[in-house]
Formats: sequence, C-alpha cells, structure tokens
Amino acid sequence: MTDTPKIELKNVTKRFGSKVVLDDLSLVVPKGKSLVVIGGSGTGKSVMLKCVLGILRPEKGEIFVDGQNVLKMSTTEREQSLRKFGMLFQSAALFDSLPVWQNVAFGLIQGRKMRRKEAKEIAIAKLAKVGLGAEVSELYPAELSGGMQKRVGLARAIATDPEIIFFDEPTTGLDPIMADVINDLIVDSVKDLGATALSITHDMASARKIADEIAMIHKGRIIWAGPRSEIDSSGNDYVDQFIHGRATGPIKMDVLKP
Amino acid sequence: MNFFAIIGRVILALLGEIGRLALFTWSSVSHIFRPPFFWRLLGQQMMRIGYFSLPVVALTAFFTGGALALQIYYGGSTINSESIVATIVALGITRELGPVMAGLMVAGRVSAAIAAELGTMKVTEQIDALTTLSTNPYKYLVVPRLVAAVITLPLLVFIADVIGVMGGFIVSTASLHFNPGVYVQNTINFLKADDVTSGLIKAGVFGFIIALMGCFQGFNSKGGAQGVGRATTNAVVTASILILASNYVMTSLLFAK
Repeated sequence: MTDTPKIELKNVTKRFGSKVVLDDLSLVVPKGKSLVVIGGSGTGKSVMLKCVLGILRPEKGEIFVDGQNVLKMSTTEREQSLRKFGMLFQSAALFDSLPVWQNVAFGLIQGRKMRRKEAKEIAIAKLAKVGLGAEVSELYPAELSGGMQKRVGLARAIATDPEIIFFDEPTTGLDPIMADVINDLIVDSVKDLGATALSITHDMASARKIADEIAMIHKGRIIWAGPRSEIDSSGNDYVDQFIHGRATGPIKMDVLKP
Repeated sequence: MNFFAIIGRVILALLGEIGRLALFTWSSVSHIFRPPFFWRLLGQQMMRIGYFSLPVVALTAFFTGGALALQIYYGGSTINSESIVATIVALGITRELGPVMAGLMVAGRVSAAIAAELGTMKVTEQIDALTTLSTNPYKYLVVPRLVAAVITLPLLVFIADVIGVMGGFIVSTASLHFNPGVYVQNTINFLKADDVTSGLIKAGVFGFIIALMGCFQGFNSKGGAQGVGRATTNAVVTASILILASNYVMTSLLFAK
C-alpha cells in the first residue's frame, strides 16, 4: 500500500443552513507532495481545511488521513491523529496572551508534555529557521509586524515536525517581497520535513512557487486538478480566467452595477 | 409575515439556543474529569476570578449591609422592634444578599471578561489554532475558568458575609447608637451554620453559571468586533438572569419546611 494518499476527501458536502459550501467535493493529496487549492473568496477553501481538521463536521462524505476515516474516529483517536498536523492560519492566529517562544513551543509543551526548557530551545531553533533571532522570542505577538507574525505562525506550525502542514492564505496581507520570503520558507520547511502540504490561496504567484500540484475550487467543487506545469495549458475557461485575473469570463462575481 | 410564523421562529431559535447550551455544558463538565489537567491555568484563573474580584465584592457587601441596617431600623421602629436589626442583617446577608450581590457583581466583572477574551480568540481563529496544536479548547480554556469560579465564589461570598455583617454593625453602632456588645450577641445568637452554608452552596452554583455563560457566549461569538461586543453583553445578561432565577429555586429548596 505505498500509494495510499496522505489525505483524501470523498464526496464531501458541507452546508451552513440552506447554503451549500462544499458540494460533493473530492480531492486527493499524495504523500510528500505540495497541493495548492486555488479559488476565489467564498468558494469554500477554508471550510474544506476545517473539515479535514475536524473543526467543522461535513454532512456527507468521507475524509481519509493515511487511509483512516477521520469522521468515524472517537474524540481521543481524533486528537491523536491531529498530532500529525501543523497549520499556518491566514491571520497567523497567534495566542496574544503568550510570548513568541511559548507560541512556537505550544504544541510541544501542551500537546506533547515536553519540559519548558527543552521546548524553548527547540522554539528558538525553529524561529531561526524562519529568519527570526532569539531576541524576538520574548516579545508578544502584538509587538510584531504582520510579516513577522506570519513567520512566527510558520515556526509554530513546523515546531512539532508534523507530517502534514496546512497553509491558509499564507501570503494574504503581505507586501510582494515579504510574500516571496514566506513562499521560500514554506518550500524549504516542507522539503526539510518531507511533509505533505495542503495550501489554499488566491495568490497565483504564491501558488506557482509552492505547488507541486494545483487544484481549482469553484462553488464548492474541484473543477480542475493537475501538475503545476499544466496550469497555463489547462484548456479550462474557469482556470484561465482565474490565473489571469480577468473580471469577465465564466465566473460571475455578484457585483451590482449602478 | 404570518403571525404564527414569527412565534414559531422565536420558539425554534430559543430551543436551538437551549440545546446548544446543554451540549456545551455537557462537553465542558465531561472534560473536567478527563486528563490532561492544566493546573497552572487553574491557578491563574483563580487569581483573576477570585482574588481580583475582592475589592468589588467587599465594597458591595459593606454598603449593602449598611443600607440593610438602616432600612430595618426605619421599618422596625414603626412597630417598636428596632432590636431585630442585628438578626435580620445577619440572616439577610448570609442567606440572600451576600451570595446574590457578590454573584451579580462577579457576573458583571468576570462573565464579561471571559466572553470578551474567548470571543476575540474565536474570531481571530486562536481557538481553532488550539485544536491544530493538539490541545482541546474545552480543557485548555473552559475547564480552568469553570473550576476556578466554582472554587473561588464561595470564598468570596464568605468574605462578603463577614464584611456585610460588619457594615451593618458599623452603621448600627456609629449612627443608630446600638450597644456594640448587645449587637454582636444578637448576631451570634440567631445565626446558625446552615444560614452560612446555604449561601456558600448558592455561591458555588453562581460561580458555575458565571464562568459557563462567559465561555459559552465567547465560544459562540462570530463576526468580528460587533460579535464580540454582543457576546459580552449576552454573557452578563444571561448570567445575571440565571443567577437570580436559580437563587429563587435554591431558596425554595434549601429553606423548604
């Protein structure tokens, strides 16, 4: 069973009230690959990640991690399975009541019961990996710039050496140069860990840089998937419209013209 | 819109909310007894909820005891029974006013703070982040607050009892010219241990309500700053109403003859 995908979503449907956000969505993330899901705002990208993490529960479908159906696990099994994951949030989601090093070491101290001193050393090493000096470790998240917060968030995501890393809009809200720095860090840290990565973004520059494979989501469905090299010759009008950022095409924005 | 549709919608929303609260309560309570336990956080919350509420609770109790003494004196003197002041102050404070006033003041202070803190954590995805760091948000956030409030509220109320009775004593002796010795004697003679313990039991329940409503509203807040504001208001209002309602129920149960 060498070809068991790391993550597999089968016919997943998630509704909020009468609004269908994920519509019979299926997606496969092969082991050790970096898959980037592109798509506009409100197409269900974040909801998809939260379903895999168990923060949201889909109404229908199956989600497999390492071949195990996570929706059928007990709470304890689920918590065990979550140890494989690391996640970088869109807004970094750092704990503002804790200094930087405790943020990075959180998964080690609370999740794995490591001694604080040992965890702090690892935290500082991980901060160095994302280009932050030890002097940052005693600051609080509110004292950092957006780009630094993202880097601390990345250090936190990789602190426990996870097998799977999720990136939720890793470059949103950053200047182009900092965005590229983050992209490089993502590529490096995923390679270092040999991890499987699942990212969602609407930033094509970022997608081209960090993806092995790209999938496009539209209205809760995957409408195209393939290797990064084929994105420009997909022959799919939706993909073409999105990657070239055109206002006109098959994707209609709900914008009322005066 | 159809009149009945409006009623139906309101009732469904209410039942939905009660259901959500019941599930939340069950998850929270079941996590109290399952490891891991976060002792450091429990200590922190006991300081925040208990120790830092002391000044507010002490001042409230002091002035309530004083006002109670004045009212009983004015009322009692119309039927020549001023001597009852000491007894009624002691009973009133320990049985009802100590727990209820302390509960309401702490509800205002602590429920609001918890709802605002957890609500902000919710809308900035910090609670989701806990899950991805293999830390259960109920164990890490809810349980320490819940347990800290249930432990510290009785302690606060005990202090409120002492200060409230003292407030009555000071007003009675300084401004109403009661004999201090007789006042103390009357207080001791009529006050039983049951009066105090019933108030402390109530306090434990109020502590549970205060922390639970703060956490529940915080966890369910959505939509940024406005959502957090609404959660904070809801936490204080629902906690206060539940305190008053449960106080009535407990009084009728504890003092049923």
